[in-house]
Amino acid sequence: MNVLVVDDEEDVKLLFEQRFRKEIKSGEMEFEFAFSGEAALNYLAQHQHEAVLILSDINMPGMSGLELLKKIKEKESAPPPTVVMITAYGDDENYKIAMGLGADDFLTKPLDFTLLKEKLKAI
Amino acid sequence: MNLLLLIAILYYLRRNLESKTLLPEWDKIFVRGMIVSFILFGLQFSFSPFKEVLNWVSYGAIFYLIYLSLKNPVFKPVKTLVYAVIPYIMIEFIADLTDVINKPFYEEWEFFFESASFFAFIWMIAMLFVNNKQRKALEKERQNALEDQKRLQISESMKAALEVQVAERTRELMGQKESLEKVLEDLRATQTQLIHAEKMASLGELTAGIAHEIQNPLNFVNNFSEVNNELFLELKEELDNGDIDEVKAIAADIEQNLQKISHHGKRADAIVKGMLQHSRSSGLHKEMTDINALADEYFRLAYHGLRAKDKTFNAKLNSEFDENAGSINVIAQDIGRVILNLITNAFYAVDEKRKSGLEGYEPTVTVSTKRKAAAGEEDELIQISVKDNGSGIPQGVLDKIFQPFFTTKPTGQGTGLGLSMSYDIITAHGGEFKVETKEGEGSEFIILLPVS
Repeated sequence: MNVLVVDDEEDVKLLFEQRFRKEIKSGEMEFEFAFSGEAALNYLAQHQHEAVLILSDINMPGMSGLELLKKIKEKESAPPPTVVMITAYGDDENYKIAMGLGADDFLTKPLDFTLLKEKLKAI
Repeated sequence: MNLLLLIAILYYLRRNLESKTLLPEWDKIFVRGMIVSFILFGLQFSFSPFKEVLNWVSYGAIFYLIYLSLKNPVFKPVKTLVYAVIPYIMIEFIADLTDVINKPFYEEWEFFFESASFFAFIWMIAMLFVNNKQRKALEKERQNALEDQKRLQISESMKAALEVQVAERTRELMGQKESLEKVLEDLRATQTQLIHAEKMASLGELTAGIAHEIQNPLNFVNNFSEVNNELFLELKEELDNGDIDEVKAIAADIEQNLQKISHHGKRADAIVKGMLQHSRSSGLHKEMTDINALADEYFRLAYHGLRAKDKTFNAKLNSEFDENAGSINVIAQDIGRVILNLITNAFYAVDEKRKSGLEGYEPTVTVSTKRKAAAGEEDELIQISVKDNGSGIPQGVLDKIFQPFFTTKPTGQGTGLGLSMSYDIITAHGGEFKVETKEGEGSEFIILLPVS
């Protein structure tokens, strides 16, 4: 499974690589990282045909996670990739907006990696 | 004849002594004397036997008056009259006396007596004339002196009145001064309160940003700690397995994670310290401050603060930091507040333009730093600029933006103190505060701070 993680915090990369150490090692999962909404769109444009699960933060400078979500769901050809939104606030407002935009699931910060692993495996 | 003289003398005395006003008691006597003399004068025509007697009575009266004039200090001013009259009256008296006592002798020497009487009369007239002239001159002088005195009195009373007025005005002014001082004091207190309110308002703006900013590093601290726990378990397993290469790899990861934990712990610590600094109002001191780090910190805080308040807000953030900007001796909290204020304003400007629904508009805020040489001098300056692509500042408003309480925001949304406080802070640092703006295209606020 190919997972694209979108977050403006660069240390997220290190964290995911260690948290999914075994999965990466076994080739079960592959992670790509984009540090902004714009970078994520670029990546998606270049890797259109790969099955992608997108994990995106909402609160980012520049293009926010919500905008990214909107663009992905609007543009990407069917079937659209699964998008899981991560928010630091976990408030109803962002939840509703993201739901309306077609988000597939939600996770709140701080990330519970055990839960995340379960979710990823279920997909 | 002598009665007439008596009347004349009395009249003269009365007039020259101004007895009517100066010597009222003597005046009565003079007036009575004149009335009696008149009556007697009338009587002597209808009743001639009295004539001789009256003549002697008149002599007596005149002599008495002369005696008085010479003796009484009250009559001092009219002594010349006495000198004028004495010769004539004496000659007349002697002549009349001689006539009574020795008539033949008198008749023999009548011509002599007549001549003496005539010269004495001339003498009297001349004396009176001269005296009158002198008296008039004196009178004039006295009048002048009186007038001078009157003028002096008037000016004295005017002076006194003026002094009273001045005292009154001074009292009024003092009262006004005191009430103005009270007003000033009240205004100062209000200003202090407002400045505090502005600080608290910007603290409020910061709080949400700070919460977000602290949450992220805390998440990393927690996550990396957990990862390390797992890695330690794996490390033990690999030790048991005897896979030394893997042990080394895991140990390297653990070390790296520990560094990350430390890094994010410090990051959270710095944010909390910054927040404390921002709310603290006293005990400020200058310290060497990394301008890029400061600008970056407040840039993020401002952004997250606004995002926390308004979920729909978004803008492209550019930072163009000059690597050589370095550190500068400033009150970091104050300069931070200025940067925060400028960035908040810039965000507000681009957000307003975005809300107007302009097609293809990309809200952009750029914060940049630059180290440059001051014009024509050896000294160096650090420039911090905050640029937005909002609607710009209209010319009519431009000269007011640094005035306290001026705001273009709707009532209740801005204190109007942000830029004026920022201006004061930059000026207190010996810096310069400039604004460049173009309507419809955006604004750029530029701070220039001296390096030394």
